[in-house]
Amino acid sequence: MMSHWIIAPVVLPAVLAPLIILAMRRDLLLQRVFGLGGTLAMLGIAGALLVAASGNAPEVYRLGNWPAPFGIMLVLDRLSAMMLMLTAVLALAVQLYVISTDWDARGRHFHALFLFQMMGINGAFLTGDAFNLFVFFEVLLIASYGLMIHGAGKDRLRAGVQYIAFNLVASTLFLFALATIYAVTGTLNMADIAVKVAALPEGDQGLIRVAAVLMLSVFAIKGALVPLQFWLPGTYANAPGPVAALFAIMTKVGAYAILRTSTLIFPPETAATGSMVGDIMLPAALVTLAIGSIGILGATTLPRLAAFAGIASMGTIFTAFAAFTPEATGAALYYMIHSTLATAAIFLIADMVSDRRGNATLTAQPRIAQQGLLAALFFANAIALAGMPPLSGFIGKLMVMDALREQAALIWSVILGSSFLMVLGFARAGSVLFWKSHATGEAHEAPHQGEPLAFVAVGGLLAALVALTVFAGPVKDWLDGTAAALHAPAPYIAANDLQGVN
Amino acid sequence: MEALIAISIGTLTACGIYLMLRQRTFPVIIGLTLLSYAVNVFIFAAGRLVPGLPAIIAKDAAGYTDPLPQALVLTAIVISFGMTAVIVLMALGSWLEAGHDKVDMDEEEETRA
Repeated sequence: MMSHWIIAPVVLPAVLAPLIILAMRRDLLLQRVFGLGGTLAMLGIAGALLVAASGNAPEVYRLGNWPAPFGIMLVLDRLSAMMLMLTAVLALAVQLYVISTDWDARGRHFHALFLFQMMGINGAFLTGDAFNLFVFFEVLLIASYGLMIHGAGKDRLRAGVQYIAFNLVASTLFLFALATIYAVTGTLNMADIAVKVAALPEGDQGLIRVAAVLMLSVFAIKGALVPLQFWLPGTYANAPGPVAALFAIMTKVGAYAILRTSTLIFPPETAATGSMVGDIMLPAALVTLAIGSIGILGATTLPRLAAFAGIASMGTIFTAFAAFTPEATGAALYYMIHSTLATAAIFLIADMVSDRRGNATLTAQPRIAQQGLLAALFFANAIALAGMPPLSGFIGKLMVMDALREQAALIWSVILGSSFLMVLGFARAGSVLFWKSHATGEAHEAPHQGEPLAFVAVGGLLAALVALTVFAGPVKDWLDGTAAALHAPAPYIAANDLQGVN
Repeated sequence: MEALIAISIGTLTACGIYLMLRQRTFPVIIGLTLLSYAVNVFIFAAGRLVPGLPAIIAKDAAGYTDPLPQALVLTAIVISFGMTAVIVLMALGSWLEAGHDKVDMDEEEETRA
């Protein structure tokens, strides 16, 4: 039976966003109501899809009811349902924060752009068509350009130009990769590509390897994998705080795309690519981890610290992906959920601190309003990000390391060493931010309106981390099932019901 | 014909990359545009170059050319057109705000955030 709910996460924001622009562009309250309502509805839909996907085999939604590989497919499996859920949870927290801090009043069309961004992200997670993946990438990117320069300002605009230029190059590379794949296999349906690539004649294998590397580098740009991470700190640090928090899911779109293509189309069993993807990814991931943690240590502003924390977490995720075992993938998925929520929270906290101080530099400055509460949130978040017990970062890193026993000497030392650097970096940042303010001598803090909802948003993200820690057992079991399904993609391919054309 | 198409794609790509690596926004945007032209021709060529045949299957035609890459090119053109418009506006905005059109940000701007 074909469930039409599968397309709802794409259609709902696609309808709501123009409605907000056309009918309520002058009424911020209405925009907030509809924006928040849309996100809540998406959360509900994602929950229903998650329940549906965890029990059943992958389900396919045929757009226009054309059979695969001729039509465009949306495929709902456990991984995409999980990513939809993660996106909706993150979006809700970010939106609460934005409404509470009036970020949406600093420029126009925030909620419409936000919904378009959700549409692109949800679509990228659902699509089963490689060209459609490109289209959804463009949808989420063009919305992110608008969000990134929200509130404008000289530095933000200039960082925005760089961000767009990088992503245009990435899009062009993506098109080169897709055209190469189409030229070799004659199809763009991902399941069909998987079948065709597995049975490729010797002479065409070189071309598909080129396409695989091109695809990998496109997704690595999105996922901030070294050496393609250089755009991230400047972009995220100059973007508005809550937008950077939402962008925490954007790097995961890159990770998702790498995981999807590398397990479905280019698994190690495929003769054409072999273990190439993992061989390229592992060293890059380890360097990413190292650069991220060194960046945390060297960051001079709070948003840059948060951006490098994001890069470091991507390093851990890709390190686990590179092993290509179900066990490591399960651990990586757990760490991915954790790092999305934790990275988003650190961006929101960074925005709250910068807002109260009037600047974002990491120097000792007079006390700020709600200093105690903010300090507590910062340290809880830092513990989670650095991977210290008792929060989910510790459990996640433990799982990743446990899954990568075979290369323990190299991988464990990089993960543990980088964790140590991160502990140092966060401890330095936290003590400069919160403890040294006593030494500046000024006892009076500048007044600041409380914004309780903003604390609810950050607290909610941290509470989700605590829940992820407490229920680590059941969550990990579910994720192991997801990883096992990814590494045995036969049901995913079968769900597409490919019509024979050869 | 294959050689001609391949040379033109290569030339467009090379010029595009060279311009993209310049310091100012205008050459960068032109470079990106050239690169998108190159990829459009490349996608078109991915469907094989067959002259003189219809794109729609007909009973009396000897064969047909692959129509899908043409649809893909159309999508790619529309998207790159839109994206170019966005980056032109952003470049204009940052030129008006900053007073110059250098693409790189200097150390001070990077860390001011």
